[in-house]
Amino acid sequence: MSKKPTTKKTAARKPAKSKKADKAASWKRADGRAFDELRTLKIESGVLPNADGSAYIEMGRNKILCGVFGPREMHPKHNAKPNEAVLRCRYHMAPFSVDPRRSPAPSRRDQEISMVIRSALEPAVFLERYPRASIDVYLEVLEADGGTRCACINAAAVALVDAGIPMRDLVAACAVGKIEDKLIVDLGDYEDKKGQSDMPVAYMPKLGKVTLLQMDGNMSAEEAEKALNLAIEGCKKVYEVQREALKKKYGIDQPQDKPPKEFQPEESEEEPQKEEGQQ
Amino acid sequence: MSANFQDRDMVLPGDMLYEGRIRTGENTYRSQEQVYATHLGLVNYSPDNVSVVALSTGYNPLVGDVIIGEVIDIDLGEWRIDIGTQSEAVMGIPDAVDRPFRTEYVMTRVLDIGDTLVAKIVDLDRRRTPVLSILGPGLGKVYDGFIVRITPSKIPRLIGKKGSMINMIIRETGCRIAIGQNGRILISGPNREREEMVVKVINKIELEAHTSGLTNRTQEYLRQLKESSR
Repeated sequence: MSKKPTTKKTAARKPAKSKKADKAASWKRADGRAFDELRTLKIESGVLPNADGSAYIEMGRNKILCGVFGPREMHPKHNAKPNEAVLRCRYHMAPFSVDPRRSPAPSRRDQEISMVIRSALEPAVFLERYPRASIDVYLEVLEADGGTRCACINAAAVALVDAGIPMRDLVAACAVGKIEDKLIVDLGDYEDKKGQSDMPVAYMPKLGKVTLLQMDGNMSAEEAEKALNLAIEGCKKVYEVQREALKKKYGIDQPQDKPPKEFQPEESEEEPQKEEGQQ
Repeated sequence: MSANFQDRDMVLPGDMLYEGRIRTGENTYRSQEQVYATHLGLVNYSPDNVSVVALSTGYNPLVGDVIIGEVIDIDLGEWRIDIGTQSEAVMGIPDAVDRPFRTEYVMTRVLDIGDTLVAKIVDLDRRRTPVLSILGPGLGKVYDGFIVRITPSKIPRLIGKKGSMINMIIRETGCRIAIGQNGRILISGPNREREEMVVKVINKIELEAHTSGLTNRTQEYLRQLKESSR
């Protein structure tokens, strides 16, 4: 197997790297972050009243909206599975999300990322509780800045919980990459394009299970292992933000006797007057 | 054998609630000897089981529930009704018309597409599709009123212990309120202001369902509303 030469190569390179690792703390990235520092992360849940569950995430300059519908009847019906629900994800980038305007038509890349997000979320959802149903996750990238698939997974997990869909655990995602032979966590757009490698990881923090592991570019076996551990650490940080976002909606941490807010009867709908008929 | 949270703490899916042998209640699952939450909600430890009162859930249909639905389609001999469950509910003609059915009856005259109805789940068929009936007191087609939607898991809070909350609201406002277990509430009252008052109160209850002393606070809030509308 061609495995041997690579391990030898890295073994030769490794001592030089570990010396560098001491300096790693002072080394700063293009945007001034430390190697294991995440971008600013903000998540909000329950932002779309018309969806069953929703979330909005800002991860660096990524801005993503997520709406979840379901469990609901599957249309077309022949796509339904008799033993479990089908999770359907739609990842879509808005035409204005990147600088040269992007065609709004779903591209091949969109399709692949939709599939990747679906398979990252599937292990966390109790699909078997809703046979013949579908659970639809719509992800709209309003602004893209690298690592959208991870940001999408983070938003989708929060929206699924907000929709009241039974889950084994939340799913948090975070990428690790390599630039200038150094491992870095949560790549931005620049690092994504200039870097040597990119490894998105989705992780269920409470169960300790990885649900997505992809890799682009080159990494040695040791680097990959180190990268995975770094990614898991990153996911745990993301997870804390997800928790806060979900708790915040119900204001548990806020004092209970707050002044009464104005309530708009926006969810009510007036029934049209009907003529008397038989009952 | 230990509880990992205080009673009525907020938990999230994946939080380990209990280690050891115990019965798993609502919105929890067991993996080996541990009990985890499946929903965002408040954990409830009782001597023989662990459960989570979910703050947001879909509606799980049960036989005997009174629900509020909308006719979305008419098939041969049955209406298809949206009641907010994963599968549409069905209602056959014998469940809608209390006399022998003859060919000259027109189904759309009984219930047309778009009609709202208060119905009861009489059966779940073998695919767990709810089967409805509108034969019974308080059931049938809806002619006027407001419909408010709240999370189905908060319906018990709206009713209160032995109906204390809902009876208080009815007493204070004089509106008729039909509660669908699927989270839809029909309000019809003497005038529009009274109906809107109930809508406001229900929205408040939904937001504060997990806090204690809610009935008294709601009563105060209702009286404030009445004062200001006078």
